[in-house]
Amino acid sequence: MSEDHYSETALDHLARPRNVGTLADPGGTGSDANPSCGDRTTITLRVADGQVADIRFRTFGCTAAIASASALTELASGRSVEDAAGLEPADILNALGGLPARKEACALMAIGALRAALVDARVKMTG
Amino acid sequence: MRRVYLDHAATTPVDPEVAELMAQVLREVPGNPSSIYAEGRRARALVDRARDEVAQAIGADPAEIVFTSGGTEADNLALRGVLAAREGEADGIITSAIEHHAVLDTARDLAAHGRARVTVLAVDRDGRVAPESVGAAIDARTALVSVMHGNNEIGTLQPVDEIGAVCRSRGVAFHSDAVQTVGALEIDVRAMPVDLLSVNAHKFYGPKGVGALYVRRGTRIATVQTGGGQEKGRRTGTENVAGIVGLGAAMRLAMARRAAESARQAALRDRLIAGVKARIPDAILTGHPAERLPNNASFCFSGTQGEALVVSLDLEGFSVSSGSACTSGDTEPSHVLLALGLPRDVAQGSLRVTLGRDTTEHDVDAFLAALPPIVERLRAASGAAVPA
Repeated sequence: MSEDHYSETALDHLARPRNVGTLADPGGTGSDANPSCGDRTTITLRVADGQVADIRFRTFGCTAAIASASALTELASGRSVEDAAGLEPADILNALGGLPARKEACALMAIGALRAALVDARVKMTG
Repeated sequence: MRRVYLDHAATTPVDPEVAELMAQVLREVPGNPSSIYAEGRRARALVDRARDEVAQAIGADPAEIVFTSGGTEADNLALRGVLAAREGEADGIITSAIEHHAVLDTARDLAAHGRARVTVLAVDRDGRVAPESVGAAIDARTALVSVMHGNNEIGTLQPVDEIGAVCRSRGVAFHSDAVQTVGALEIDVRAMPVDLLSVNAHKFYGPKGVGALYVRRGTRIATVQTGGGQEKGRRTGTENVAGIVGLGAAMRLAMARRAAESARQAALRDRLIAGVKARIPDAILTGHPAERLPNNASFCFSGTQGEALVVSLDLEGFSVSSGSACTSGDTEPSHVLLALGLPRDVAQGSLRVTLGRDTTEHDVDAFLAALPPIVERLRAASGAAVPA
């Protein structure tokens, strides 16, 4: 993977981001931000039968931040809550065919938002 | 896919006539200009002719032209050279918050090493330095004022005549980085009260790696590098003969085309700005609405991030740039945009479009068609109000 350039897959997520939006009545909402650059991602999701049944993202940020969140919604969708909580930045990088080395923190931000949304969903279900 | 290059403030393609001349020099003129035999004399003659071409273009005397490796070196030579020449008697540098890094970082480096006191002047929301603020900042130990002619990011033109007049009345040397304006605007140092002026060939269809510093006769300046003593000791090192020939030729060609070409580009720029505002009503034009480079249209689009705008436009075949560099996870809006007082979030969505000789009305219209869906998509992705 090139050190400085985006993969075709990452660029496709920029041009056609998947699952953009905010669910109207989400089971869980989670946000994460990269304080060093001001980028931020919010994920809303709905859990049904222990699975991520519906998921949306919103990202203010660079190509890598948008592509990471978009790819992550595809990875998490349909997974069990446990599986989804176990997703890691490396899974996003695999799905995207890598990111420029200096952009890998963007994948971490997407994971942070997803995990926060899953925790929020669990709290809401049990609470 | 057809590419539309709209980043002429970053660099311009080398004019074919310039490239041909340079190739000829590389092939046929092997000599060192310092050698006294035939090959050396031939190289010297070419360097001299280029010096005449550059001098003539800006109304200078050939002896006032110092060839450098580009704009950055010209800026460094101006600041470091003047400060070194005045060591022990004057150590103040006054500059502005929107200078190129080649000036700002050089001034800061001199300050960090205890060799200068630096005053950085604020600009107004259009990016202009008030000449009175220059006068107010000058003191008995001011060595140099450095304010650029045209800003590379937002295109704002500075009132250099007024600033220069203030400097002259106070007996302070005035440097202007004119890298963005040489070739685009008329510059005549006989009328402009400037003592040092930076020039960079690749901004007006010349080669990269060569530029010049105009040094008005009588301006005290020391060399910053030591060696064989070329350029009358002001910039030592064997001359980049082919590059210098390219600089001279590019300057000559730019002068011949300037008036018509700058007017043509300004009309296209106005078409582009009006088109963006009509299609994206909340677009923010950055820089002065009228006093700006003829080829510069720069904007901020809130709710977007400049890097994503640039990459999205690249996918559609357009080469543009953003003042928001996004490296190492840092989306730091440029110091220029922040100096205008723009909120950080807004400054992050900056886009710079700079036109050139090859730009057509068709190119501008194609850009105007491509941009709005991209802004709309990025805004949809970011959401109007994502909680932080």
